[in-house]
Amino acid sequence: MKERNYQELREIARRCRIDALKAIYAANSGHPGGSFSVTDILVALYFDEMNIDPANPKMENRDRLVLSKGHAVPALYAVLGERGYYDVEEMMSLRQVGSHFQGHPNMHKCPGVEMSTGSLGQGYSVAVGMAIADKMEGKDSYVYAVTGDGELQEGIIWEAALSAAKYQLDRFITIVDCNGLQIDGQVDVVKKVQPIDAKFEAFGFNTIVCDGHDFESLLGAIDQAKANAGSGKPTAIIANTHKGQGVSFMCDQAGWHGKAPNAEQMAEAMKELGGEM
Amino acid sequence: MADVKKIATRQAYSEFLVEEGAKRPELVVMSADLSGSNKTDAFEKAYPERFVECGISEQDMYAQAAGLAHSGKVVCASSFAMFAAGRAFEIIRNSIGYTEANVKICATHGGITVGEDGASHQTFEDIALMRTIPGMLVVNPADAVSAKALLAESVATYGPAYVRLGRSGVPVIYDENETFEIGKAKTVREGKDVTIIATGIMVADAMAVADKLAAEGVSVRVLDMHTIKPLDEEAVIKAAKETGAIVTAEEHSVIGGLGGAVAETVVQNCPVKVAMVGQKDCFGESGKPAQLLEKYGMTAADIEAAVRSVL
Repeated sequence: MKERNYQELREIARRCRIDALKAIYAANSGHPGGSFSVTDILVALYFDEMNIDPANPKMENRDRLVLSKGHAVPALYAVLGERGYYDVEEMMSLRQVGSHFQGHPNMHKCPGVEMSTGSLGQGYSVAVGMAIADKMEGKDSYVYAVTGDGELQEGIIWEAALSAAKYQLDRFITIVDCNGLQIDGQVDVVKKVQPIDAKFEAFGFNTIVCDGHDFESLLGAIDQAKANAGSGKPTAIIANTHKGQGVSFMCDQAGWHGKAPNAEQMAEAMKELGGEM
Repeated sequence: MADVKKIATRQAYSEFLVEEGAKRPELVVMSADLSGSNKTDAFEKAYPERFVECGISEQDMYAQAAGLAHSGKVVCASSFAMFAAGRAFEIIRNSIGYTEANVKICATHGGITVGEDGASHQTFEDIALMRTIPGMLVVNPADAVSAKALLAESVATYGPAYVRLGRSGVPVIYDENETFEIGKAKTVREGKDVTIIATGIMVADAMAVADKLAAEGVSVRVLDMHTIKPLDEEAVIKAAKETGAIVTAEEHSVIGGLGGAVAETVVQNCPVKVAMVGQKDCFGESGKPAQLLEKYGMTAADIEAAVRSVL
């Protein structure tokens, strides 16, 4: 097992949460809850696991990630910025007219974004198409699809999961950001999708459950998923997370799905995250 | 026209795919459990490694098509027009249209000539839906010859395209060596008194009407508007100015399709009388294609009546 500096990853994730929230605050609009639940997942992938080159975003044979839960894009913008795809300051134009940083990801406007998403479920199916193409080409790259748990209510997810199993896409890795909440409340109440691991298993996947905020657990799960290449089965990682992770008053609150903090809340959040306004 | 050779445009699609597959290694064909009906099975047989069978899940197929296209493939993804343009509309809009994916939505069984399957399978809305998507090329060939040529043009043009193909055999109206340009209407009959702008299977009927009225001394121009988007506005405006009246003819709803597109251009540039032949804001039913065309007002006789109404 390779040596890893978990403290450094935690520090990067902290900065990413600050960047994301600053952009949301500047826009007075956006989705902090789901951005914060997925931040550590994206940091683990972009800073440790993925074969990418920020100086050459279209590098041949790169690993690709589709953020199917597109509303969490402030986290992706922050991670790509911190990773060096662009100056992170640029994302402060989030959601403003003329900005490259659209409210939901646009692949033609922001380097590093592999697919325009936002309409839930579609990105997952698009990622399966990408993985089929990679397999046709005999590539050894990975395709990652990051979904929410509420998003699993979309039927297209399961249509695509059947395809992933049928085509034995063992370099296609699903990561479910399982924060348990959606706009109308708890996923278990709105329309229960658990047990998620059993569902993916029944659909022909390898499954791994991990702690989506613990880098050791998260990286171990991703390492294992990558090692499943050759198994003939796709892998789904169910990463247990908290919506709004990192800011106490946002944590596990469905109400923080899609709203920006006011000045007072922003100051409080920055204090908790150790950021400056 | 009993002695005229009839070929379904879906058959032309089948032959096109096999020929194009040899020339274009990046061509991938997709099916949602209709490879026999869409006639993509010939491609599957020739190039099984480039054929993706999605099963009965059109939404998944069109989203996957975007993923394949953004990985360097040119994708022809087929279903019935109802389930392509209809069921998968929002996926086509967001994952193919918005991302400018190089996906060709080759939809067969458009219109009422689906016949016996009835209203659930008869699409009159597909052209209207598809032409509202920015950047979407919308093509509706009249016969097997133009279908092959326009499919080749569509595949050679980067970006999203919707190609409407039919189930039933239609008369071959073009010589095999005829050439076609996307976005350029084909003048199939010259005339100065009135213009019929027809698309798809209605072109052959429009030509028959022009020939009949010529004997009465009425000079009817006929345009084959095989490309509905981008519309050949120049040809439409010219027709309005030079012939003073227009009849549109399509196997599609009179709302939002060719008639709508022509009317939008005419009212903004050169208002003249426009009459529309097409499905009149109602659903179809089971029956033989010819019976249905008659019952729902999409025959040569209907075009002729419309022409007389604007003269």
